[in-house]
Amino acid sequence: MANTISNSNTPPAQLVEVAAIASRYKGQQDQLMRVLLECQKVVNTFSEDVAAIIAREMGLSQTHVYGFITFYAMLSTKPRGKYIIRMCKSAPCHVRGAREVVKAMEDFLHIKMGETTEDNRFTLEYCECLGICDISPAIMINDKTYGNLTPESARELLKLYIREEGK
Amino acid sequence: MEEMRILLRNVGHINPTSVKEYMAAGGYQALKKTIAMKPEEILAEVKAAGLRGRGGAGFPTALKWQFVLSEDSPEKYIVCNADEGEPGTNKDRILLSGDPHSIFEGMAIAGKAVGSNKGFIYLRAEYPYLFPILEEALTEARAAGCLGHGIMDTDFDFDIEIRSGAGAYVCGEETALLESIEGKRGEPRFRPPYPGVKGLFGKPTVINNVETFANVGVIMDKGADWYRSIGTENSPGTKLFTLCGNVVNRGVYEFPMGANLKDIIFDIGGGIPDGKNLLAVQTGGSSGAIINADQIDMPLDIDHVSASGGKLGCGTILVIDDTNCIVDIVKNNLSFFEHECCGQCTPCREGGTRLLELVQRFIDGTAKLSDFDTIMDLSETMSLASLCGLGQSTPTPVVTSINNFRDAYNKHLDGDYCPVCSKERGRD
Ligand code: FES
Repeated sequence: MANTISNSNTPPAQLVEVAAIASRYKGQQDQLMRVLLECQKVVNTFSEDVAAIIAREMGLSQTHVYGFITFYAMLSTKPRGKYIIRMCKSAPCHVRGAREVVKAMEDFLHIKMGETTEDNRFTLEYCECLGICDISPAIMINDKTYGNLTPESARELLKLYIREEGK
Repeated sequence: MEEMRILLRNVGHINPTSVKEYMAAGGYQALKKTIAMKPEEILAEVKAAGLRGRGGAGFPTALKWQFVLSEDSPEKYIVCNADEGEPGTNKDRILLSGDPHSIFEGMAIAGKAVGSNKGFIYLRAEYPYLFPILEEALTEARAAGCLGHGIMDTDFDFDIEIRSGAGAYVCGEETALLESIEGKRGEPRFRPPYPGVKGLFGKPTVINNVETFANVGVIMDKGADWYRSIGTENSPGTKLFTLCGNVVNRGVYEFPMGANLKDIIFDIGGGIPDGKNLLAVQTGGSSGAIINADQIDMPLDIDHVSASGGKLGCGTILVIDDTNCIVDIVKNNLSFFEHECCGQCTPCREGGTRLLELVQRFIDGTAKLSDFDTIMDLSETMSLASLCGLGQSTPTPVVTSINNFRDAYNKHLDGDYCPVCSKERGRD
């Protein structure tokens, strides 16, 4: 799990949006998850300034908000690409060739697992079982799932994403 | 062998969000009947049915409910654990996407039984596509008077809210899940007090798995006697199984408790694809026992699987073919736990890392004979001293695989060639 928060310069417009979301749930600690998931659509990563604003608007301590964010794998403290590719590494995918799919994606994108492409388009990450083992090996790209992957079909899939916006 | 689709009766046959279609198929009848009953009568029925939790531990559902009923509190909660995180488990996704109203109905009945008006579904973040389905189904249920204020023109109120996880396996542990809903890190609580006494927001709380709630409506509709006629003496009813890995027909199937593992794999699953042979089966997910091909002729119910050193748990059946290496699979299991350990208690945090190191030695070909004893000692400490089920069951795949595949470990001890691990050793 990630456990450091980077200090970064989030664009002011995004900070305003974050503040607007968080202020709707002032004093409601149990809505912190909802706030963070909504904010993650705006800011892509939780840097220190973002976390501080959420804490202030919701009336929580910064330590609480940081501690919360760093606990959950899907709340990110590292800048990530536009498309987050989550590769399942649990056993049911593992026994059906997940390793070869990982290798193919790494080679194709010229990055290693955990890294982001230079154009900030793709981030490759490992995750645990996506709950779609009937089509293992499986991945999730943002909110979409894909399965029964082979090295070839994984490359083809990535090509589709690249083609969508051109090189 | 054939499936017995009781919980899955509607899946694939009705529009999952439509309250009309659910009701046309007999849905919400059980709730209607239950609202007219006294809490004690409902509990007696669930108890007579012998329903046991389907999330992993197999705890008697009626007993859990009894604790909450006997608490004197104006606020009580019903929580549905939909944080299906055990690797290889898909059953709750199938229920929630295919028949969400059956889950709402079970939760509302639980609410009536213990005196609660508010339910929460804690849904894992890996299922983002289920949120709109559940929200729409909830809206329809409220509009039809099956949830909300004055359900079915009675004075019973019950409503449900959906809360999201964010990728933490440990939140499937009930007290960690409650912490997470409260907006905290998902770290398990010390018990006692148990959730039945002090649960969500400090109030008495029933927390059950999705599949457990799916059983509730069926029991209230058809009665305990009928329910008991299915399954085994100690585990009545049916069970959802997720069949995955190296098997031809993967997916979620429903069988009476006590169904034979071998038949499920070969009759229903169609055996091993691509002309390979069966090497091993792991039941109950990454924390389950790993057994060899000669041991699979066994009935799957809660007690039989426990006797084999594992747990029926969530009903996951991972089939592993002979192109795999058992030590590599165990390493995969352990790296899962190392990653998902919340770090709160030492036996789990330290022990998990050490176990992984020890198993890695076998993979590297640098293990020595005494490492077996070290592994066994460490495993015992972890099972006894860890705070929650995660740390307690991490050693299960290690211990069972050593018992059932001693040969494979010995070969690694000798540094013999292994098609999977030798590559990692970088020697060929
Ligand atoms: S193990 Fe990969 S989706 Fe379940």
